[in-house]
Order: sequence, then C-alpha cells, then structure tokens
Amino acid sequence: MKLLKTLMAGAALVVGLGGMAQAEDKTKVGFVYVGPVGDFGWSYEHNEGRKAVEEAFGDKVETMFVESVPEGADSERVMTQMALDGADLIFTTSFGYMDPTINVAKKFPNVKFEHATGYKQADNVAIYSARFYEGRSVIGHIAGHMTKTNTIGYIASFPIPEVIRGINAAYIAAKKVNPDVKLKIVWAYTWFDPAKEADAATALIEQGADIIMQHTDSPAAMTIAEEKGMYAFGQASDMKQFGPTARLSSIIDDWAPYYIARTQAVMDGTWESTSTWDGIKEGMVGIGDFSNDIPADVQASATALKEALMSGSTHSFTGPVNKQDGSAWLAAGETADDGTLLGMNFYVEGIEGSVPN
Amino acid sequence: MDISVVSLIASLIVAATPILLAATGELIVEKSGVLNLGVEGMMIMGAICGFIAAVNSGSPFVGFCIAAISGAILSLLFAILTQYLLANQVASGLALTLFGLGLAALLGHSYSGIKPPSSPKFEWFGMSDISIIGPIIFNHDLMVYFSVFLVLIVWIFLKFTRAGLILRAVGENHDAAHALGYKVIRIRVLAIMFGGACAGLGGAYLSLIRVPQWTEGMTAGAGWIALAIVVFASWKPWRLILGAYLFGGVTILQLNLQANGFAIPVSYLSMAPYLVTIVVLVIMSADRTRASVNAPASLGKIFHASS
Amino acid sequence: MMRLEPRTDPSNIMIGLTPILAVLATMIFGGLLFVFLGKNPFDAIRMIFWDPLLGEHAFYYRGQILVKAAPLIMIALGLSFGFRAGIWNIGAEGQFIMGAVIGGATGLALYPMDSFIVFPLMILMGSIGGLLWGLIPAYLKIKFNANEILVSLMLVYVAFNFLVGMVTGPLRNPDGFNFPESRSFQDFPSAHNPELWSGTGIHWGVLVTLGIVIMAYIAITRHIFGFNVRLAGQAPRAAKFAGVNPNKMIAICLGLSGALAGMAGLFELTGPAGKLTTTFPVGYGFTAIIVAFLGRLHPIGILFAGLLLAVTYVGGDIIQSQLSLPKASIQVFQGMLLFFLLAVDVLVNFKIRIGKRITK
Repeated sequence: MKLLKTLMAGAALVVGLGGMAQAEDKTKVGFVYVGPVGDFGWSYEHNEGRKAVEEAFGDKVETMFVESVPEGADSERVMTQMALDGADLIFTTSFGYMDPTINVAKKFPNVKFEHATGYKQADNVAIYSARFYEGRSVIGHIAGHMTKTNTIGYIASFPIPEVIRGINAAYIAAKKVNPDVKLKIVWAYTWFDPAKEADAATALIEQGADIIMQHTDSPAAMTIAEEKGMYAFGQASDMKQFGPTARLSSIIDDWAPYYIARTQAVMDGTWESTSTWDGIKEGMVGIGDFSNDIPADVQASATALKEALMSGSTHSFTGPVNKQDGSAWLAAGETADDGTLLGMNFYVEGIEGSVPN
Repeated sequence: MDISVVSLIASLIVAATPILLAATGELIVEKSGVLNLGVEGMMIMGAICGFIAAVNSGSPFVGFCIAAISGAILSLLFAILTQYLLANQVASGLALTLFGLGLAALLGHSYSGIKPPSSPKFEWFGMSDISIIGPIIFNHDLMVYFSVFLVLIVWIFLKFTRAGLILRAVGENHDAAHALGYKVIRIRVLAIMFGGACAGLGGAYLSLIRVPQWTEGMTAGAGWIALAIVVFASWKPWRLILGAYLFGGVTILQLNLQANGFAIPVSYLSMAPYLVTIVVLVIMSADRTRASVNAPASLGKIFHASS
Repeated sequence: MMRLEPRTDPSNIMIGLTPILAVLATMIFGGLLFVFLGKNPFDAIRMIFWDPLLGEHAFYYRGQILVKAAPLIMIALGLSFGFRAGIWNIGAEGQFIMGAVIGGATGLALYPMDSFIVFPLMILMGSIGGLLWGLIPAYLKIKFNANEILVSLMLVYVAFNFLVGMVTGPLRNPDGFNFPESRSFQDFPSAHNPELWSGTGIHWGVLVTLGIVIMAYIAITRHIFGFNVRLAGQAPRAAKFAGVNPNKMIAICLGLSGALAGMAGLFELTGPAGKLTTTFPVGYGFTAIIVAFLGRLHPIGILFAGLLLAVTYVGGDIIQSQLSLPKASIQVFQGMLLFFLLAVDVLVNFKIRIGKRITK
C-alpha cells in the first residue's frame, strides 16, 4: 500500500511538471469541439477559426483538434491530453466544458485556456462569447419587413439566457418595423437533430409562419424553407448552399479574428485572462450578404441598423421596453446593462407564450 | 386552437415513413427468429450511401436502390457473425450500430453541405386537390406509398405464402424447422438482408426527402424507435403503420402545439410512446395463447445444426 | 467446404489465443483503413495501443483508462450473471441513468449538508434507483411473461426523457442561469467522488469495481449462486429439478444488474461527470453489453475486455488530435475490433473442419 502511494505521488508530480513541457519553437493551439466539424453550424465555424489561425501564422503555429467530445469526463481527458502534448493555448468551445476547463487549467498553470460561452474565469482561463443578439436585431428587422403573414417562426434550443436574448432581440426589431408581427416559438430541446429541426420548421410553416429563424445548429430548417418556398436565415454559418432562394441573410459566427489575436498574444507573451463579449463591431458576429429578394430600401435600412449597432449609436435593447407581464423594464432611451442580458430569463412585452420554466 | 388536422396528418406521415420502412424490415428479421439491434447503423449507412448515389447520379431513384443495397451489405456482416460464427446477436447488433455510424460518417465527410436532387411528389392526376383526403392521401412522394405497399407485401408474404410459413416456422422453432429439412441459416441470412435493405431505405428517406441533406449522426435514434415499433405492433404488419404514425404523430403534435403557444412538458410527452409500447407488450404477453402466435419463440437464440 | 464441429470442452488454448488473434486482425484491417485515410498505419496503431499504456504521457493515460473502464466493468459484471442464466437485460443504460438521477437527487436534496453520511447515502439510493428500474422488466416478465429484452430497452428511453425532465425542471441548478444542468457535485464536498490520489484517476468507483470483480469471481466459481446461474442458463429443466426458482432467478439477475448499473451511474455522476446534464449518458450501458460478451461473461475476462475497450477510447482521442483523424475513423476501428473479437470467439467452442461431413 505504501509503495502504491509513493508511486501515485510520483505520478502526480509528473502531471504537474507536464505543464512545463513547452513546445520548442512552434506555438501549439488545441481546439475541443462538441459536435462534428461537418455540422455546418457551431463546431464547423470554430473549425474555420482554427484554419484561419493556421493560415495567419503558417509555420509558426501548430493546431490540433478533437471533434464530438462529450461534455464531462471525456472532455477533461482530451484537454489534459492536449496540454500534455505541449499545447500552449486551448480553446474549449462549448458551454458544457466549463468545469472541465477550470479543472484542467488548475493542473496546468502555464497553459492558457479559452472557454466559450461560460461564466467561470481563472488566472489562465479567459472566457469569450459573441453578442449574437446584435445579429438577431438585424435579421429581425429584415423579417419584420419581409413577412406577409405577419408570423415569424423561431426554432429555439434550450431556454437559457443566450437563446431568450436572441428571441427578444429579434422580436423587438421586427415589431419596430411591423407592429402586427407575431412570433411563434418551438423549443426543440436539442442543439443538433436535423430530423427534429426539419419537423419543427414544417410545423411552424403549417402554423402560418413564412419566415423561419433558428437557434439550433443544423441547416435542416433552411432546407425545409427552400422546399416550401418560405424564407429563412442562416445560423452560425452562411448556409447559402442549403437554401439559395430561401436564405435572406445570415448570422455568421466569425471566431477567426479573436482566435488569431489570442494566439498572437500567447506568442508575444502578452496573454491575459479576459472576459470578452464581442459583437458586430469587432467582427465576431457577421451578417451574411442580403438576398436579392429583399427590397433595396429594406437592405438600406438593415445596413443602417447594422452600422448603428457597430458604432454603438444604437443598442439592441433600447427603451421603452416592457417585460411580457407589462411591468416596466427599460425606460425611454435607456439601454440594457450586460448583467441583465447575461441572466435574461423573461420575454419582452408582446411575445406570446411563456418561457418554459 | 387552429391546428389543421389535415396538415398535421400529412406531415406525421412524412415523419413516420423512415421508421416504418426500417420497422417493416426488422419485423421480417424478428419473425425469422433473429434480433438485430443494428437497425440504427444500417439506417445511417443507407442514408449516406443513398445520398452519395443520388447526388452523383442526379436521380433519387438510384439513391434509394443503392441505399437498400448498402443496408443489405452491412447487414451481411451481422449475418455472418451471428449465423455462421454463432456470435451473440445482441452484442453483434450493438457492434453493427457503432460500426455503421462510424463508417457512414467517414464516407460522408465530403458530402456535408450538398443538396440532393429533389424527389417529386407522386402525380395522382389532380386528386391532390380534393379537400381533406387530397393533402392527406394524394400529396406525397413515391416512397410514402411504397412504405405502405411494402407492409401489404409483407403481410401477404407472411400470411398467404408458403415461404412466409417457412419463415415463421424457422422463427418459432429452428430445431423443428431444421428437422423438417428447411435451411434455417440460409433463410435467416436472407431475412437479415431484407431487414438491412429496408433500414437502408428508411435512412435514405431521411437524407433524401425528410431533412433533406447529409449530416453526421442524422438518424439520431430513429433505428431504436423502429425496434420499439415492431414490439408495439406485436409483430403484425398492419399495426406497424399504426405504431409508426403514432410515434411520428407524438413528435409532430407536440411541435405544432408549441407553435401555437401551448406550454407542454416536452420530455414527459416524449416518454409516452415508449410507455404505451410497454403496456401493449404486457397486454399481449399476458395472454399466453395469443402471444405465442405473434412473438417468435426462437427470437435471439443461436442455432447450430448439430447442437 | 468448411464447417464447424463442436468441441467436447471449450479449448483452453483458444481462450487465450482468440483475443490476440482478434487484436492482430484489427491492427491489420485498421492499419489498412489508416493507409486509406492517408496516415502512417504504424504510427496510428502505436498511438492507439501503445501510447496510452507505455507512451510518454502514459502516467496520465493509465489512470484515465481506469476511469473509462470502471463503469463498463461494473455494469458488465452485473449483466453477466443474467446473460449466463439466459436473462437479457439490455437496458443497463436506463438503470445507469436512473441510478444517477435518484442518487444525485438525494444528494441535491441534502445540499449543502456537511456530513460524511451524504455520499454513502447517495450510493445506496443510486443503487436502489437502478435496482428498481431493473426490477420493472423483471416484474413484467414474471407476472405477464413480457419479453425483458424489449421492456428493458424501452425503459432506457423513458429514463432518458425523465433525466431531461429533471435537469430542465426540479434538479436544475438554481444558480445556473437556466442552463439544463444540476449543481456541480465538485462544489459539494460531502457528495463529491474525488480523484483519491492526484493524477491516478482512481476514484471510489474504481476501487468498488475492483472489489466487485473479486466478489463476482468468487460467486461464479465458488458459490452456489454461480452454479445455479450457470445451470439455469445451460439446462433450465435441470435447474428446476435442482430447486432453482426461475422467477426468483429473473428477479435476482435483473435486480442485481440494475443495482450495479445504478451504482456505476452514481459514481460517474459524482466523480468524472460532475453534474447531471442532458448529455450525461454517453452509452456506457450499451457498451457494457459488448464488454460482457467480449469477456465471455467471466469476471476476469470482463476486467480485461473493459480495459481493452478503454484503451481504444483513450488511444482514439490521441490519434484524433495527433494525426487529425476524424472521430468516425476511431468508431470504425472500434467496430472492427468488436466484430473480430465476436467472430473469433467461435473457435473456443468449435473446431473448423475442412471437407464434407462424414458422419450421419
């Protein structure tokens, strides 16, 4: 038993030292993905970011990735493995990797970690996310103009603040240009299930929606919209190939600028643990080209909105806005603070139905 | 509530067709006394192979043919393991699912983000314009009618043909069937391949019509539902349609209810079909005389001629 | 013409030789797969089988192999008794989930109680959760003759949806911004199942699994229960005459496998997984069925089968990141390994004869 303990203590020591094993000259960057890189949504865009890092730094950088890593123990092992293999910087790209990232980061104080969409930070763990709701405002604006049935269908994943924020932003923008607009929401309780997403899109179209928005990852809804002659917006990636006529525009997650900047910071030795929440201005949220089906004046007003969001002269959540129950939230001219947005768990006035508890 | 029952039924038929196809194949497999849990793996192989064939040939028909063939080929692996090498069927079926999911993802690596050729609706000479029954019955693609037709064929085969009788005899008591001179193993291999072909068709229906696109892991458990439906149907072909449409209906209904602003406990509703299946199974099994007519007695047992 | 001829006794040589044959065959065909994918097959095979055990960072991977193998082995041991007796529980995944949900809920209900009693109580409740979930198919089989394969399989989906309902409802972390997940057991010391020695991967579940391997070995080789189980499987009529009550056998086998699966779920939840989420089940319950067969339903065999599979999981992740291979290639590789292991098993009980049958 004593021997066993000694052996184990030795092993523990080596684990600690493992972090010191820095790569020789190349900077090694690891990426952990929750889905397959071929999902054409979330993981696909993170992988595009990885490719951009390789392109930007060429020989000076070496990247590695593991796809479809289940959240929990498996992700912890994959991150540790990357750290042991000499990674200097590791991007963990799903909310569910939050605790594993913190755990592994403790064991490897010299490796930098970047966790997407979470809220736990540490000395060597930075967090980052994108203000996707700004993109929702732009596509909500377009949808409000374009809907003929005054009904927009929305495929939502899980009732978390991120998703609720997107619903509210889209609705506020659509309502502003079309006071009669209604939002029909379906909770799919999945991030990725093409068949279910396709069924949800079909159900929404049958319930009168002529424009589909989605906060799930596969391009299934876009394909359905194309088939049924309806409109939709690309989510995470452009998705044009899935709906050449159906696609009005898209919200594109563009992680490349951030990934390149953070890799550069590690190379320069200037990396610090930060909390980043970037939007259209910084290029983390991109708006895809407008379809020719969108009239010129709407294209112009959508572009103006996008530019206003970029310059900061407009905020997606600008008062007066009431909560769904009619109670006041934002006074005229007041804008929402980040704290409220990060924990958002209510609909704004006018949205029907209730947030699933 | 303004949910249109007509469009609801029309879309639940589409949602149910992949699982109906796969379940029809599995029914024949189980009737021959074999339990193949690899339906999910065969479906996804059909989904990708059918997709690749359809994209490259431009013809959905070619896609479906290749999907059936690829499903059958994959099932042959299972057949060799369980029939010739006498491996356990449960373990082999699970291994088949793992293998199929992986192989399909490998094959499909460069096929993400492509649109397959569209499958036209079958032309019923304007009958789709008839109110109510038009959209429900006369406004689908060919595969929907084929899936129902296949159930009819399977029913006739099992009930009225000599070959069907032999198949059932093999599933009931393989030793007795062997003693009577029937080629138990050959019959089972053929049944397994039929099951593979049907599962392949079901998978291709997903990737070519219902979604329609290729994404990794796109079957998302449909193969397991097909297994449940066979039990729900108590191994009777016509009840497969009922079971498949019920399973499909629950999903479609809950999505439509939500789109109408009803707050429903999704997870508890999703349990319902499985609980109903258990209840059906219990009722059916409790009546021992009737159960013996339907459930194949040799299901899952290993057969070796000399044992 | 090749045909199979039964051996009078299982071949001892083959028992040892077949797994080696299967692994070699997998290396050859898997190697071809990697060549086809444009990689060096020798590197790939080395990374899968050698690096996790004896490579540069093996000190870490060896522990992770134990983490990965422990639930597989624990569940497979429980299943093996039933499989020997001809009772087919294929719903271990559901029992694994229910064990985690019931045991986890017990802990969460006591949050933030600081007492040594919390964790043992959770283990107990987790086992009971799995036990009860396993007894449902047992009851339905005894009472209504319902096929346990199908009932236990259906119950997996019921359990999964129950889990989703719980983590989006009553068990959701009140401080977790509505994310569909429970509180973390890491932040709840009395309910946490920590790594006992840093860097080794060993948690309570690993130790308990080792204990159960030994107990199962004694039960199956030395104890009357093991004898009855084998008798019930091989000669049901003889078992009846020997006084083995078939209904009792059904209840014991399904209950035992359920309890062990539930316990495995609880250890996984409170240790490696850390919290209840909708992605908590990753298929241990199904993979364990394969492990049970690969181990020929024998405790020692299961121990090795679980470890072998765990090696391919850990090694699979290594080649993914080192060689930029897609996850799918690892799945195919594992699928091949399983096929070959299942296929060569026939040599244990049968001889291959070439030529026409002479007798009869």
